[in-house]
Amino acid sequence: MLSSNVVPTGSTLALSAPLIEMRGITKSFGAVKANEAVDLSVAPGEILGLLGENGAGKTTLMNVLFGAYAPDAGEILVEGRPIAIHNSADALAAGIGMVHQHFHLAPRLTVLENLLIGIPGKSGRIDRAGGLARVNEIGSRHGLSLDPNLPVSALSVGEQQRLEIIKALFRGARLLILDEPTAVLAPSEVDGLFAALRSMAAQGLGIIFISHKLNEVRALTHRCVVLRHGKVAGRVDHPASTTSAEMAKLMCGHEIVPPTKEPSTPGASVLTLDGISTSGHAGTPLREVSLFVRAGEILGIAGVSGNGQRALADVISGMLPPNAGTMTIAGKTVAQFSPRELQALGLGRIPEDRMTTGLVTNLPLADSMVLPRVGTEAFSRKGLLNPAAIRAFAEAQIKAYDIRCPGPMVRAGALSGGNLQKALLARELAFDPKVLIVSQPTRGLDIGAARFIHEKFLAMRGKGCGIIVIGEDLEELLMLSDRIAVMYEGRIAGTLSGAEATVARLGLMMTGAEGRA
Amino acid sequence: MFRLEARTSTPAWFNLVLPFLAIVVTLILCSGLIAVAGAGVIEAYGVMLSASLGDSYAITETLVRAAPMIFTGLAVAIAFRAKFWNIGAEGQLLAGAVASCAVGAIPMPGYLAMLLMALVGAAAGAIVALVPATLRVKFKVDDVVSSLLLNSVIYYALMALIEGPWKDTFSGYPISPPIEDSANFPVLIEGTRLHIGVIVALIAAPLCWFLIARTTLGFQIRVTGENPEAARYGGINVQRVLLSTALLSGALAGLAGVGEVGGVHFQVMSDISPGYGYSGIVVAMLARLNPLGAVPAALFLAAVMTGAEAMSRATGVPAFLSDVIQGTALLAMLVALLFTAYRIRRVGAPS
Ligand SMILES: Nc1ncnc2c1ncn2[C@@H]1O[C@H](COP(=O)(O)OP(=O)(O)OP(=O)(O)O)[C@@H](O)[C@H]1O
Ligand SMILES: [Mg+2]
Repeated sequence: MLSSNVVPTGSTLALSAPLIEMRGITKSFGAVKANEAVDLSVAPGEILGLLGENGAGKTTLMNVLFGAYAPDAGEILVEGRPIAIHNSADALAAGIGMVHQHFHLAPRLTVLENLLIGIPGKSGRIDRAGGLARVNEIGSRHGLSLDPNLPVSALSVGEQQRLEIIKALFRGARLLILDEPTAVLAPSEVDGLFAALRSMAAQGLGIIFISHKLNEVRALTHRCVVLRHGKVAGRVDHPASTTSAEMAKLMCGHEIVPPTKEPSTPGASVLTLDGISTSGHAGTPLREVSLFVRAGEILGIAGVSGNGQRALADVISGMLPPNAGTMTIAGKTVAQFSPRELQALGLGRIPEDRMTTGLVTNLPLADSMVLPRVGTEAFSRKGLLNPAAIRAFAEAQIKAYDIRCPGPMVRAGALSGGNLQKALLARELAFDPKVLIVSQPTRGLDIGAARFIHEKFLAMRGKGCGIIVIGEDLEELLMLSDRIAVMYEGRIAGTLSGAEATVARLGLMMTGAEGRA
Repeated sequence: MFRLEARTSTPAWFNLVLPFLAIVVTLILCSGLIAVAGAGVIEAYGVMLSASLGDSYAITETLVRAAPMIFTGLAVAIAFRAKFWNIGAEGQLLAGAVASCAVGAIPMPGYLAMLLMALVGAAAGAIVALVPATLRVKFKVDDVVSSLLLNSVIYYALMALIEGPWKDTFSGYPISPPIEDSANFPVLIEGTRLHIGVIVALIAAPLCWFLIARTTLGFQIRVTGENPEAARYGGINVQRVLLSTALLSGALAGLAGVGEVGGVHFQVMSDISPGYGYSGIVVAMLARLNPLGAVPAALFLAAVMTGAEAMSRATGVPAFLSDVIQGTALLAMLVALLFTAYRIRRVGAPS
């Protein structure tokens, strides 16, 4: 299907038609206009950045392109020809592949079997040998190697993503859509992804790359389209020579100023871990971890992911009882590790995974917002719910945190990532916790939403709350933290004060090369 | 050509319309069978309707039939809300029947006997339901399989009882000794079988709705069913919620058996339940797991059952049609549920 055809009227007289062109795409969900008259095109060999605030309509636009939603208006052209895309099979047939943020893999099957799903074999038989040859060819061409015989359940998140990319190429994608691929990657894995994407583009593939991290967008893309409230708010022709601040302004419509961090004098310790060790957990166990955070202080926890951060968050939030060591909250030793007990002692918790651990996507937002405290006086009495109080609480928080949604009774799953995070933050901060533990607080959030969260943390710090932030974004940790502890192989490799800490120094400690108490 | 497309939102009126749609489709599909059996479709359905709802006696008979299915429907609806897959309402019903029959046979004042029958019958059902729930919570045994298989275990235990120690020595029939006359449930309308257990069933539905919608336990059941991980993180003891749900569900199914013994049969025999426990699954699905919906759904199935017998006598269509209608209604409802998540789009016609 090469573009030897007549160039349709209306398109510019380019020598070759764009690989993909979307014209005047409009898509509404009820009253929400998720996309409005959006034009977008990608040329072969081009990496297009798609930017916009949370809820701007990026995922919706890509879902239209991939056939998940039918647009209310507009058309899609592949190599100059209008084409109807009704589902992902149509999209794949047209050479469009998409890597969703939530992967669509069969965990019990191997890498090769996942690739062969839905591919008709010869006379009813699966062509394993042919499949194997293609995987190896794709792998060597773009540096995307994976052991084809490993079960998917044994792959890391980064490897699963690689499999999704291979899957798209395996099915002959000439345009690859990646929806926030770097949100689930450790910084070290991002380089590998970018190398593969550049190699694909060099061989003529078109790529659409969605990210909230503007430095990544500047480093990778050739051109950007910025969405705001569903409409194209601007285009950036030379991302590499455009500043992040300029892009942020296009996205949000106003400048984003970094929050100011007032100096604070920390009080007494509000959370102390003493010699905590764990076992029986999927990830790296903790080995004699001791740390403390004081009132009015933010403690950052840095480290390459998989070095015990998950276990640390689980212990502190009461999901994983340690098998040695003690923990005290506001001077009281924790006797029983359970979410409820710790909450009663004044702990606030924001989980790493909003969708699976934080919220109940199929129930009303209000239910998720009161979930951890539904048994308390505020929302129930003698086992009877107080629906009016629950609703009023949710409504008040929606207002206070500017959570964009139709109301407290909307399905939680319909909210965009940033708004879900605000909802989780609201449900914890409403009860003035003495200690707050958060993991990856701004993962997947746009700059404006991230700023909002940072400001809330700093305000809580000002009110005397002790906050632990577990994260992989070193710049964020450096900006927020008063002290930064580095985790390595389940231990605290060392702790630096905010003044001592630099990206280089932390990076060295994260590899286990330097320790510092 | 037509294709399924994911819905972005589900209109609220769907919940009310879908069950009716499923029932209409079922009746249309089954009319084919009636025609094949050589009877007039209109005539056959007419006989069914008049025999189940045509006069006040017919209505009381339908209500009496509906009562056990309201209970088993509630049992299944509550269990499924927590995603405890209780397919064992039939066995729990039988356990409730046996236990209440044993209690009812002991001489004591009538009101005390009835109260004890209800309590012991509910407890027996609850204990039976606890088995698959415990196996799942402790050993990760699949609850669909274990609760289903337990039905056979209980059924054959009941058979052993009425073929052995409880066998009627006088007639030699495999039936248990009757309960005391004083333990027979009071009849509400003279000359009918409308007993007090029917009223209890009708009251149980709103109570169960209240439990699910308005209590913290109900909240925990809903959240545990939708997302156990978030429930645990939110401080809910997921295992305890599953066990509580099982107890509740089993007790409701047990009460279905109590009503059959105390209000209808006054003893236990091998065919005391024509599959009311399985019908409970149909009821719960038609009700979309809403306890209030269990009442109309059970009434529909009961009308089909009472009507089918009369239709069989009048037109010669086998009474098994009632089972076919039930099964078809379940399938139709499952298909209908698809349309809450998807819609049909016409594609490809114009080019
Ligand atoms: N299935 C849906 N039903 C109802 N509303 C939806 C649905 N999907 C998206 N929306 C709404 O459409 C708008 C655009 O959402 P979309 O997911 O496309 O945003 P996004 O730009 O990808 O945001 P993010 O950066 O948070 O991923 C939002 O207001 C969202 O709430
Ligand atoms: Mg998105």
